[in-house]
Amino acid sequence: MGAALAGAVLTSACAKKPVPLAPTPAANSDSLARARADSIARAEAARQAELARARAEQDSLRAVREAEQREAAKNADAMRVLGATIYYDYDQSDLTEAARSLLQAKVPVLQANSAMRIRITGHTDDRGSSEYNLALGLRRAAEAKAFLVANGIDGARIDIASMGEEMPAVQGENEEAWSKNRRAEFAPITGGAEE
Amino acid sequence: MIRSIRSTAACVSTVAALAGALALVALSPRAAHAQNPTQPPQGVRLGLSYALGTKPGVLVLPADSADGDSIRAILQRDLDYDDRATVIQLDEAGARALLPKTADRFNYPLFAKLGVVAILRPQRSLDGITVTMYDVASKKRVQTGSFPLPDGANSPAWRMAVHAVSDRIGMWIFGTPGSAATRVLYSGGDKQIWQIDTDGANPRKLTSLTLAMSPAWSPDGRRFVFSGFNSRGSQIAVYDFTTRDFTWKSATPRGLNITPVFSPDGNTIAYASGADRGTDIMLTDAGAEDPARRITVGRGSDNTSPTYSPDGRQIAFMSGRAGHPEVYVMDADGTNPQILTDFTYGEAAYRASPDWSPDGRQIAYESRIDGSFQIMTIDLRDRSTKQYTSDGENEDPSWAPDGRHLVFSSTRAGPRELWILDTESGRMRQLTHAPGARLPAWSPLLAGR
Repeated sequence: MGAALAGAVLTSACAKKPVPLAPTPAANSDSLARARADSIARAEAARQAELARARAEQDSLRAVREAEQREAAKNADAMRVLGATIYYDYDQSDLTEAARSLLQAKVPVLQANSAMRIRITGHTDDRGSSEYNLALGLRRAAEAKAFLVANGIDGARIDIASMGEEMPAVQGENEEAWSKNRRAEFAPITGGAEE
Repeated sequence: MIRSIRSTAACVSTVAALAGALALVALSPRAAHAQNPTQPPQGVRLGLSYALGTKPGVLVLPADSADGDSIRAILQRDLDYDDRATVIQLDEAGARALLPKTADRFNYPLFAKLGVVAILRPQRSLDGITVTMYDVASKKRVQTGSFPLPDGANSPAWRMAVHAVSDRIGMWIFGTPGSAATRVLYSGGDKQIWQIDTDGANPRKLTSLTLAMSPAWSPDGRRFVFSGFNSRGSQIAVYDFTTRDFTWKSATPRGLNITPVFSPDGNTIAYASGADRGTDIMLTDAGAEDPARRITVGRGSDNTSPTYSPDGRQIAFMSGRAGHPEVYVMDADGTNPQILTDFTYGEAAYRASPDWSPDGRQIAYESRIDGSFQIMTIDLRDRSTKQYTSDGENEDPSWAPDGRHLVFSSTRAGPRELWILDTESGRMRQLTHAPGARLPAWSPLLAGR
């Protein structure tokens, strides 16, 4: 629209060109001055219109961006909730109260993202047989999955795995480290997050 | 085969005094314990004369060749690690002074005074070595064997061939071979599968995966199974020493697939698999891709770490079905499961990692005692148990083919390493010097490889 206006100004300036064919250079200075003033006014109006349009465009872009950021923040929160690690008692796969509330919070996220698939990976501390700990880790992941399924999430969307004691979150041979290693981790299965 | 009825026991008390008098002879203190002089002279084995219940003194003479020192050193070390003989350690010069001036005419009374029951004389031949064994009591040659050796002294194959000679010497003296020509597979601190010769030589990494663990040999020693991990989970894989590569099994593609072992006939792989609640023992064909058959009914409990009886008819495994890990035995098709380890209701016992002995008579396992894991065995006839360790955490026992030695992981000297235990004498030696080593598997005899 702005480009079309600017084009009209140019066209009207060009249209004057054939007039000076008459051999009277100083014919009517009043009409010339008026024409110049009209032209300037038209150009100014066009400039203002252009500025307003650009401002409006920026405003709308900003609004979109802010909406996107809000959405991203909401998604990040959802992903944080979904990805929150849950912890277990020593040699146990039963869900603690804290684990249950963390799992409960994941349910609406999974419901809102119905195409998303996740993997739950169970882990143990490094006490006990490392082979048996793999089975214990799987049992922990299975308990977490069972909770989600009992709360309406399709079990086919949830894979379970175990790393036993092989991937500790924290190094150390004390209860503080052990308690951080007895856990289940949650991750969207690649490709599922965008759907 | 020559039989002799004399015992050398009576001469032994003079060994220490004599050793001092022999300037050239550097006698090990071990020789003083070679025989028990109070033992009545009795007992004869395969041409050698020595008191039963004692460790006969064996002396290895120098071999005349460039690699002779290595051959002698390896034979001596193997016989020492075998724990059935007392190796009379003489330095090179001392041993050389004992070589006969002519042919086989040894100064037998001198050997007898040193506590030597058997003289072993290795001699280089064109394509290997010839070893001759002499019985000191009867002053006679009793055994000779020729053993080809591959080119490349001290290469892994050459060392394995020398170890096989040691095992044959064990056969000569005791009627059963030693376990020197063997290797141990294990999970290294880098979470990859490694192999090491059982004398500690030639450690070598065999896998490069995210995580690989729980190796187990095929009965012919040409392959092994293990559990490999990636971001999706874990799967059973078969490694072939010929191609130096592995292939994945896919009978149970999802979830957890761990603790595989070959059946004694090599045709079946038993392993633990879980994709939902609990982990159960499965069987699949070792060669073809074959749907797995589940043989335990764990009802959501953990069932892992199968180990076959040597006749292939039974499987021992670890199960948490009683609420805590115990060792169970069932028929190889999964029927008749019974708890093996003795347990009391209410006691939070933890027994794991069973390994069936090659003679079929007992099962080694780990048991938590006062908060630490210790190596135990249980006798399958009377269910009597023995505890072999008490220092540090001791786990993952695996039997040598001789049914006498166990390799296991231990923190007894600091970081986790592999150790070898002689279950008869309680003697221990450290096998690896690679912190984090665990889950060892002792090979069958690997003669010629």
